[in-house]
Amino acid sequence: MASNAALAVLQTAGQRRARRREWAAVLSRAVRTPRGATGLTIVGLVVLIAAIGPAVAPYSSTQFVTAPFANPSAKFPLGADVLGRDVLSRTLDGGWELLLMAAIATLLGVVGGAICGVCAAYFGGWWDTAIMRIVDIVLAFPQLVFALLLVSVLGPKIWLIVLAVGISHAPQVARVTRAAALDVCERDFVRAAQILGMPARRVLRREVLPNLTSVLMVELGLRLTYSILVIAGLSFLGFGLQPPTASWGLMINENRIGLVANPWGVLAPTLLIAALTIGMNTLTDAVARASLGVGRQADDALLSGISAAGAVQ
Amino acid sequence: MANVTAPAEPMPVTRAPKAHPFRDILVKRLGFGILTLFIVSILVFAATQVLPGNAASAALQNTATPARLHALEVQMHLNRPAVAQYWSWLTGLLHGNLGTSIVNGASVSSLIGSRVLNTAVLMLLAGAIGTIVGVALGMLAAARRDSWLDHVLSVVALAITALPEFVVAMALVVFLAALVWHVLPAVSVFPPGASPWSIPSLLVLPVLTLVIVIVPYTFRMMRAAMVDALESDYVEMAKLKGMSKWRVLAVHALPNAIAPTIQVIGLNFLYLAGGVVVVEYVFNYPGLGQALVNAVSDRDIPVIQFIVLLLAAFYVVVNIATDLISLAATPRRRLPRS
Amino acid sequence: MTASDEVTPAADGESSGNGQLRLQVSDLQVLRIPARGRTGVDVLDEISFHVQPGQVLGLVGESGSGKTTMALALLGHVRRGLVIGGGKIAVNGQDILHLTGRDLQRLRGRKVAYVPQDPSSALNPTLKIGTQLREVLASYPGDQKKRAERLTEMLAEVGLSSVPGILSKYPHQLSGGQQQRVGLAMAFACRPELIVLDEPTTGLDVTTQRTVLETIRELCRSYQVAAVYISHDLAVVAEIADHVAVMYAGRLAEVGPAREVFDTPAHPYSRGLLRAVPSLDRSHVLTGLPGHPPRPGNRPTGCFFQPRCEFAVPDCELGQPPLIQVAPSGHSARCIRAQEVVGLARPAGAAAAQAASSESEGVLLDVRDLSATYGSATVLHGLTLSVPSQQCVAVVGMSGSGKTTLARCLVGLHPTWTGEVTFAGEPLARGFGRRSDKQLRRIQYISQNPYQSLNPRRTVGEIIEQPLTQFEKLPARDRRGRVVAALNAAALRESFVDLYPDQLSGGERQRVAIARALILEPDLLVCDEITSALDVSVQAAIIELLRGLRADRGLSLIFITHNLPLVRSIADQIVVMNGGRICESGTVSQVLQTPKDAYTAQLLADVPKLTTLVSEA
Repeated sequence: MASNAALAVLQTAGQRRARRREWAAVLSRAVRTPRGATGLTIVGLVVLIAAIGPAVAPYSSTQFVTAPFANPSAKFPLGADVLGRDVLSRTLDGGWELLLMAAIATLLGVVGGAICGVCAAYFGGWWDTAIMRIVDIVLAFPQLVFALLLVSVLGPKIWLIVLAVGISHAPQVARVTRAAALDVCERDFVRAAQILGMPARRVLRREVLPNLTSVLMVELGLRLTYSILVIAGLSFLGFGLQPPTASWGLMINENRIGLVANPWGVLAPTLLIAALTIGMNTLTDAVARASLGVGRQADDALLSGISAAGAVQ
Repeated sequence: MANVTAPAEPMPVTRAPKAHPFRDILVKRLGFGILTLFIVSILVFAATQVLPGNAASAALQNTATPARLHALEVQMHLNRPAVAQYWSWLTGLLHGNLGTSIVNGASVSSLIGSRVLNTAVLMLLAGAIGTIVGVALGMLAAARRDSWLDHVLSVVALAITALPEFVVAMALVVFLAALVWHVLPAVSVFPPGASPWSIPSLLVLPVLTLVIVIVPYTFRMMRAAMVDALESDYVEMAKLKGMSKWRVLAVHALPNAIAPTIQVIGLNFLYLAGGVVVVEYVFNYPGLGQALVNAVSDRDIPVIQFIVLLLAAFYVVVNIATDLISLAATPRRRLPRS
Repeated sequence: MTASDEVTPAADGESSGNGQLRLQVSDLQVLRIPARGRTGVDVLDEISFHVQPGQVLGLVGESGSGKTTMALALLGHVRRGLVIGGGKIAVNGQDILHLTGRDLQRLRGRKVAYVPQDPSSALNPTLKIGTQLREVLASYPGDQKKRAERLTEMLAEVGLSSVPGILSKYPHQLSGGQQQRVGLAMAFACRPELIVLDEPTTGLDVTTQRTVLETIRELCRSYQVAAVYISHDLAVVAEIADHVAVMYAGRLAEVGPAREVFDTPAHPYSRGLLRAVPSLDRSHVLTGLPGHPPRPGNRPTGCFFQPRCEFAVPDCELGQPPLIQVAPSGHSARCIRAQEVVGLARPAGAAAAQAASSESEGVLLDVRDLSATYGSATVLHGLTLSVPSQQCVAVVGMSGSGKTTLARCLVGLHPTWTGEVTFAGEPLARGFGRRSDKQLRRIQYISQNPYQSLNPRRTVGEIIEQPLTQFEKLPARDRRGRVVAALNAAALRESFVDLYPDQLSGGERQRVAIARALILEPDLLVCDEITSALDVSVQAAIIELLRGLRADRGLSLIFITHNLPLVRSIADQIVVMNGGRICESGTVSQVLQTPKDAYTAQLLADVPKLTTLVSEA
């Protein structure tokens, strides 16, 4: 006991700071694994391209520079798109809005969903029933269709898409956080805090929430990936950012007909979206494993998390 | 961990275990399902009321003059109070009158009729193939856990799950139809009135896209469920009882992986309901998804309303079916303690 | 491996007909699979013992000793991440460690059988009982009819033939005791030669445990099976085993005939264990062992037990002590001072001081006619009891008796009760939400599971401080002072303040929970099975801590437990509960020596006894 305690004391100085920020500790552990490192690198690259792209694009994304579907050349490394605009420039321009919209929608959805889920779990009873029934109703549509419905009514407005996607994330997140919070709230230390007469807000903040960090991190990653998928999908269908704005999803659709002539109009944005989502998913998987331990436990979490969440979207 | 030597205090009895869990769940779910549909229909209808204009102005768009607008409104019964409009729409639906398309004046049912079949065929094929492949691969990976096969499959699954359907669709088009090889048509154009299975080659790419999208997800869930079963105490006990490897796998582990499998199948079908939208659009497949996209572009409200409601009904049915079947597969929930 | 390692205990007196040992384990070693170039860490090493047909060897050990690994190894099975490093396990002369594949599979269930610890998870929830029983009989010699007969026979032998339709039931439809009997039936079905029982009565209440133990004894005798019975409960082992092997940190500390090992232990660890076991018949001071067992990989170079041993000498650090024989019966211990230790007087604890119980300053907590409901069911029926000031009242009952519900009602966690409860003269409100600050402070609660009662995301200091910050506004330095004082009261050093719960052992966590309860200086502590999840040596230390606290601070305790002997060592008064009612109450000596109620008498008769400690020292 003496040696154990002494050793522990020596380690705690640095550990304590790391422990305080559990999300940082989990993240750094995740990034050290091959999956995590790969995922982070890929995501980092794509985000970099999207963020800096507009600044380094050689041409304006709306400028007509050459013949439609012209082949790649020295001046236009990726050739031209359906209207004769530079594919490279449009590709560099076309990411940041997608990322920004996805980020905001995800944040909305996760924060809203988490609050609902935790409250449903902690307060139980009528709250629980009411919240979960609402969750079931909102889950009665596919995310894409929900967004389409709103778009059909109000037009493809950016704020509307962000709101629609965010709202459609919330029920998923609510289900998962509720399941995790129920598990935490059952534990004796929460009861111990309650019987001290601590107000609910404090108990939630100090006792329950810190134990949900890993779950929330994984959900954040999963939801972000999905936001990107849905918003890019909406752009693809023509219901996102409207032409002539450059947007990856839209570009893929626009340039489809000239696939044989100049594939880069389709390939470039496709590769970038694919890289982004694959990287994001890989990183999230690494985070899930790092927060729980390797192998089977991570699968369990995935299994229970996803099935608690119900529908896959 | 430490020995827990105390006999655990049993769960306090809140309700007597149900004598007819099937019936109870069916009734409860149906009831709630109908309520859900009801609320969804209200929401769907209400959404259209939010428009600054209304269906009439959407139909006329730039050609609207006050007089024509008013005339059209009367024709479309838009001058009555919202609740009355909702009620007549709802009752009409239940009587089989699905409304009239704004775009071309045809009845919604004539537009949608054949498309429902097309989409159903697509979903069923993709759902069946995708589930079988995914379940088989998942079990294989779980049985050979940590082998190279398992690792490869898991990594590939992780990557593909992340891809949007249109990316997968485009990739397939690139490889099989347009650029690399040209074995399949890039677009599925059916002659009007033809049934979807009459020209199988037109089905291949859309089905393949959907299959590729759902297989990795199914695979991961199945693998996790099987691993869970294989790592359990009862499987260990079966091995210690001297049961053969095959028996352990097939008789002891497998039945416990059925309930999660059913859930996955249900989730797959639910997912497909949304996934077909993009796939049909890319391949110009004449189904409900494509109709929805067109309707949204044209702001064809009645069509949109109907399709969304149909989807919601589909969701409710699939959810109920999933719950009931997985209840059947779990004796612990099905049979009360004596 | 020295010559003395070959010493294995011979049979006590009689030997079997053909003189061949049914089971012989020699130098068994189980390792963790080495990760990338490093050598494997040993989980078990140098395990040697043997068992005659018809005899039972009790394998005793606390958590971390490697008991379950040992149990599984006897069937040639190791869990994921482990591998058999060496040694021999011979069943009727055949080394099973060299069997693979089909041969090993044919051996299991037929020649060597296993009875699992937790039948509720070891029975397949999706298969009927009949299926699970019949598949074991599939290789039973004979035709279909013979097998069916054998099945019926088996059910009768384990006492399940009276359960209607049991073969078509699913495991969750049976009680814990019934499930365990199914486990026994599966094990004995093919008339095996060796049976390994892995804590089969853990989790069963005392009466069921007694009947299951008798069934096991009867079956072993009639089949002339060699049995290895693994347990952490010395009293149970004393009742059923002919020979005993004590395991510590993956090695055999001591081995020999049960009577000898329990009467005159030759290893300091065994002595320590015996001093920690509570006795039903006398109230004695329980002495725990300081520290905790070393984990695999953290084991010291010399004797493993040396850091905690009161007999340690410098030579103990030199190397693993050999197994030294101390009696012609084969009684041996792995200690260089074994001969001395065995010659010491029996490890009977000093009689405990009972002085505190005679003085009483009135009644602290008075409960009248307490009835509690859960949903629509009544779980407590009109309970009446009282806790005199500065005394300890033990509430005893089996699972389902309602004792935990009672605790929760008193503490305010279960607000649906009726009746009158008075604390220090003032009425106590139902739920904690309605109680006054004073009442909340003066009654504190400690729960059973040390792994769930502390917030894993907070340091020990923050956990202990929490009640303080809730009720008092003190500057940081004063708070720290109070926290350290509470830690010290729970016999933990100040350095624990910055540790996180997952760095602590079960006993240490429970001490933190106690410190947290003490910081507000309460008058009444409600302890709900707080030692049930702990090893017996750790339990002893916690009990002694509580006794000390009572004496120092004049604390009153309500001590809830299912462990009757433990009551002797901590309580003044006892209340026996059954089915939500109080069967009997009174002073401890009165009730335990001369019980008036039939249920109490039955419980006392069913409790397994470590009979060697009965006679007065």
